[in-house]
Amino acid sequence: MKRSASQLNRRAFLGAGALTVAFAMAPRALAQLPGASGGTAVRPDLPGDLKSTPMLDAWIRIDAKSAITVFTGKAELGQGIKTALIQVAAEELDVDPGTITLVTADTARTPDEGLTAASHSMQDSGTAIMNAAANVRMLLTNAAARTMNVAPETLSTSGDGQIHGAGGKRLSYGEIAASLSLHVEAQPNVPLRDPASYRTIGTSWPRVDIPAKVTGGEAYVQDLRLPGMLHARILRGPSSGTRLKNPPIDAVAKMSGVVKIVQNGAFLAVVAEEEWTAITAMRALQAAPFERTAPPLPQTGVVETLTRLPSRPITVLDAAGGTAVPVRTIKARYTRPWLAHGSIGPSCAVAWFKNGEMTIWSHSQGIFDVRRVAADLLGLDIENVHAIHAEGAGCYGQNGADDVAADAALIAHELEGHPIRLQWMREQEFGWEPLGPGMFVDLEAAMDDQNRIVAWRHDVWSTPHNTRPNTAGGVLAGWEVTPPFKAPEPQPIPMPEGGGDRNSNPLYALPAMNVVYHFVPEMPMRTSAMRSLGGHMNIFAIEQLFDELAASAGIDPLDLRLAHMTDQRARDVMTLAAERFGWSARPRGDGRRGCGMGFAQYKNLEAYCAVMMEVEVERETGDYRVKRAVAAVDCGQAVNPNAVANQIEGAIIQAISWTSREMVTTKPTHLTSFDWGSYPILRFSSVPDAIEVHIVDRPGMPFLGTAEAGQGPAGAALANALAAAIGVRLRDMPLTPVKVKAAIGVI
Amino acid sequence: MTLTLNVNGQTRSVEADPATPLLYVLRNGLGLSGPKYGCGLGQCGACTVQLDGEAVFSCLTPLAVVGERPVVTVEGLGTGEAPSVLQKAFIYEQAAQCGYCIAGMIMRAQALLDANPSPSDAEIRAHMEPNLCRCGTHMRILRAVRRAAGSKNAETEAVR
Amino acid sequence: MRFRTCLLGGAALAILGACGAYALTLRSSMAAITPPSQASFDKVTVEKGAILAAIADCTVCHTAPGGEPFAGGLPLKTPFGTLYSTNITPEETTGVGSWSLEAFKRAMREGVDRQGDYLYPAFPYTHYNHVADDDLAALYAFLMTRRPVKATPPPNDLIPPLGFRPLLAGWNLLFLDEAPFAPAEDQSAEWNRGAYLVEGLGHCGLCHTPLNLAGAEKTSKTFAGGVAEGWTAPPLDASNPNAARWSVDRLTAYLRSGLDAEHGVAAGPMGPVTHGLSTVPEGEVRAIAVYITSKMETGESAQQHGESLPAAKPLDNAEEAAATHQAGAAIFAGACAGCHGTGAPMSSDGRPSLALTTDLAADDPRNTIQTILQGIPELAGQKRPLMPSFAGVFSDRDVAEVTAYLRVRFTDQPAWPNLHDAVVEARNEGEKP
Ligand code: FES
Ligand code: FES
Repeated sequence: MKRSASQLNRRAFLGAGALTVAFAMAPRALAQLPGASGGTAVRPDLPGDLKSTPMLDAWIRIDAKSAITVFTGKAELGQGIKTALIQVAAEELDVDPGTITLVTADTARTPDEGLTAASHSMQDSGTAIMNAAANVRMLLTNAAARTMNVAPETLSTSGDGQIHGAGGKRLSYGEIAASLSLHVEAQPNVPLRDPASYRTIGTSWPRVDIPAKVTGGEAYVQDLRLPGMLHARILRGPSSGTRLKNPPIDAVAKMSGVVKIVQNGAFLAVVAEEEWTAITAMRALQAAPFERTAPPLPQTGVVETLTRLPSRPITVLDAAGGTAVPVRTIKARYTRPWLAHGSIGPSCAVAWFKNGEMTIWSHSQGIFDVRRVAADLLGLDIENVHAIHAEGAGCYGQNGADDVAADAALIAHELEGHPIRLQWMREQEFGWEPLGPGMFVDLEAAMDDQNRIVAWRHDVWSTPHNTRPNTAGGVLAGWEVTPPFKAPEPQPIPMPEGGGDRNSNPLYALPAMNVVYHFVPEMPMRTSAMRSLGGHMNIFAIEQLFDELAASAGIDPLDLRLAHMTDQRARDVMTLAAERFGWSARPRGDGRRGCGMGFAQYKNLEAYCAVMMEVEVERETGDYRVKRAVAAVDCGQAVNPNAVANQIEGAIIQAISWTSREMVTTKPTHLTSFDWGSYPILRFSSVPDAIEVHIVDRPGMPFLGTAEAGQGPAGAALANALAAAIGVRLRDMPLTPVKVKAAIGVI
Repeated sequence: MTLTLNVNGQTRSVEADPATPLLYVLRNGLGLSGPKYGCGLGQCGACTVQLDGEAVFSCLTPLAVVGERPVVTVEGLGTGEAPSVLQKAFIYEQAAQCGYCIAGMIMRAQALLDANPSPSDAEIRAHMEPNLCRCGTHMRILRAVRRAAGSKNAETEAVR
Repeated sequence: MRFRTCLLGGAALAILGACGAYALTLRSSMAAITPPSQASFDKVTVEKGAILAAIADCTVCHTAPGGEPFAGGLPLKTPFGTLYSTNITPEETTGVGSWSLEAFKRAMREGVDRQGDYLYPAFPYTHYNHVADDDLAALYAFLMTRRPVKATPPPNDLIPPLGFRPLLAGWNLLFLDEAPFAPAEDQSAEWNRGAYLVEGLGHCGLCHTPLNLAGAEKTSKTFAGGVAEGWTAPPLDASNPNAARWSVDRLTAYLRSGLDAEHGVAAGPMGPVTHGLSTVPEGEVRAIAVYITSKMETGESAQQHGESLPAAKPLDNAEEAAATHQAGAAIFAGACAGCHGTGAPMSSDGRPSLALTTDLAADDPRNTIQTILQGIPELAGQKRPLMPSFAGVFSDRDVAEVTAYLRVRFTDQPAWPNLHDAVVEARNEGEKP
């Protein structure tokens, strides 16, 4: 099954230009929710996104030469989705994955599957493709049976793209497909291949996108080069809520190599033949002073800032039960500051307005929304806007991708005929991307004399976790042009997905639980979705309180969790992690070393993940490092175990960085986190010595989203390990060495 | 003005202002996609190339200082069809998530391996410190560099 | 302040040693004690000691890169060879666990270890001899309650005959001023506190005062500026080029944060000093600032106004500089302007214009060159300015070109002479041992 790098190389990326193929798409409407399918459920009886796009040829096409093309509305964000979807399709079509070409999110070619977010891709698209492929294999088999004039039951497939009959008779998929229409709706309950005989699913097939990425292939939107392409740079103040005052436009317009200065209201961009000229011109304009256009940024901590703003209480859970008398109550407050996504590559888009049609290449998570936003912004008929996903640097939620796509479209609209490449500068990404919200949690729990948790109250405060745009009122350019578009009122994401309240409802079996989300619609700093949304904060709080309760009762933290967990799959990941970590024989806190754990089922719906960590603290300085981390994860049927491990490792490292050192800082006028010096993240010297990821094998079980499952448990494991090490608990992120040292004291 | 550069073993002439950072000339003038813009401030390493064998930030290397010193980008190590030992190791270890940082990582690691064919784990970490990865692919990057170095002190491998 | 190229010129020393009173060279060994228990020290004293240790910055010299705090082993490069700092953890055999308080005091004040051997004056006992008894006791309490680490530093590697420690007796005779600290009656308590800290534990003069041939501070030129690890330690007297812009508030903030918007970033050996001071109570740092600004003769007026003199609009002779230094201008535009050019983002975060930095205005180009060569590295996840090293990118000529350009563009000072040689020298001096 392993393929050489050369065979994998350069499999269709960058969407191959503006090729327009019209075919059956279900009508769509509906406002977007993260991860929600893009379309209306026209066939609710079908699995995954077949519900909204039931036609088989929307997903799979086979030509007469047996070349197979698979279509997905989801996008590659570095999570390895291309490889996994190819594997799923190959498995159910029963072909070599190397024969499949995958087309990802493209408004002219693929189903609208909404956002690629919230770890939904395998669930929505993977399930749809899996069942579509099974449908197609059934149709091929039936057609072959007719041609061979035998009963379909006598035919089989063997992974080589042929239908085999008795006596060595066979027909290739291409031969059959030539006279078979796939323009039919999928059928429910089509038999799937037996997991026991899987050939592709469950193997760590090499990721198809990596060879190009390590050899300098044109792998990213940043690498797109079109004939006559011009380079643009955007002109803005240092961060959201500011604008430049009287930039020297006339002088810069005369600079040699500058093609045009695009201005519309407060929207300002410079276009040049060379990228370096555009940057130089941008700097000259940016030398102008700036002014604040929004209220001053709060200079208070997260608790004071959020409690001073109006909030709307939303009851997440209100379960009364149990009669036991509490004997011990623990109450604590946990906080998290505003965080930056910090993609390594600042956001970029290429836009081309030609013959009245706008084509946009973007790394947005919502390519169909890029199209809607651009149509709205430019007053174009939606049919005349074509948006194609092209990879960018890793995105961990709504960073600047959507804004830069709208910026580029607006500029291209002014320069008809010229492809425009616009990349934000590092400091622009820091200053203008929506942040991960600052949050805090008040948590209170009580135990009875049998060490059972009998009361649980969780209050979480946060600004919105979803301000994703689907109109021009959702992007920066929309607010800057004249007349400006109005930003829609942010709305909370309802549970069970949840926004700030995501994972605020513990999976543990507790008789009485009261959970309230205090939704703060006003945003002193622009915020939106960042990997795991409220999950990171809520799990950080819940899992720390479990450790505090365990300590107060003198029970092992793992035992306390198991004593309150009835979900067997949750128990399994916890015990597997414990076994591989050596939990029972772990070094106990001795002032310097300590171990801790964290667990959650992401959204109580997706992958189960338990993380255990050992930290070592330098008492003199408060510096500490994670020696090792061990994770166990159950994501249902793991399509590509190595890719799952990669996601969890990444989540652990990112969560250590968020939890231990990250914080966006401000002055009243602007953000002061604008580069990697003012917003330090984890570097090689501080990543753990070793990370192990163990996967619970669940053959044939539904896919559960994995990409965000590690964040919460890893943050909590770190805090718990630190508390075990130094004997003092830290609850306010970031858990910096300065705070650790202050907690330790001099001796 | 016209300047002559030695890139990936070839002499290339480019039309550019000598102040232009190498990064933009490599990407736009010479059509190489390996070096990436990450910060333009010498803080992230996405743009790393080898200059006369040393790993440097091409975003802060004006053409004026390059002269005849040889420049090597990730394209100069190998191709998708015939990847170099280090590139193969990155593929083998699935040492990328988004991969945006990876070409820079490879170029920095290559400079180390050229100077020290079997570095210790501590030496690899110290050497790689200037390069950032936001996806958290660090453990795999370290494994890939160790694999390429043929180093035996490979740490506990993740279950694959 | 990590270290200062002190120590003596070889010949001078040989003579000193030869005629130095031989009898003086014999110092007694003091009795070894059993390491005292942690509980034998009271917490308040230890806490006081911790602050004093931070002011003295013990950990900077006595910790090897990646090593355990206070366990020594940091190489200190000198023109006379390499010294390694000692283990001052309370470990019995390799550290100072067996040292009595008396032995500790003698080491601090006389530069003689418990066994009776002379210590090299890279260890600033010439300053520590001003420290009061109870402060030494607090420092002792602090050190004796650290985690004992068994570690022996590598042997010193000095050119002969400097490995022969008794020679230091003669040096001490000449340069060790044993007079105790005397407060100035006409000064405030705060000023006197500052003087006590600066002259004593802070040992600021060791870097910021020029040294004589024998490697001792020139007492006639206290705070006239010196050289440390290839970096200039700027003058802390009225000759500081930016003296007028230092107020007590600014200097206090700078010493605790390593950054001042009208001065620059604490680079080179000063970086760790400000890092250490960030943990010291503000009052102590303010006292230091009061004393230092008085030496710069800006303290009083600044104190009265609570603010320094407002800076004039930063100089920017961009056109003139580009015309006279074309090559330097190209290098600046491609390599430096992203951070230091007009309209660069860092200017919005209170980071100084290059026109306001002390380094560019100084008589000596050394710090400008070192900053370009070495950059300002990240300190373990701390939020602070980052600058990459250009040592591998720029040739000596490139560095000289851009340095000359900077001087013209951002100052009204005369051009620095012999820049190329200065770059070559700075490269050598800045090399880590
Ligand atoms: S892009 Fe050059 S170091 Fe970041
Ligand atoms: S793999 Fe995405 S930044 Fe490194």
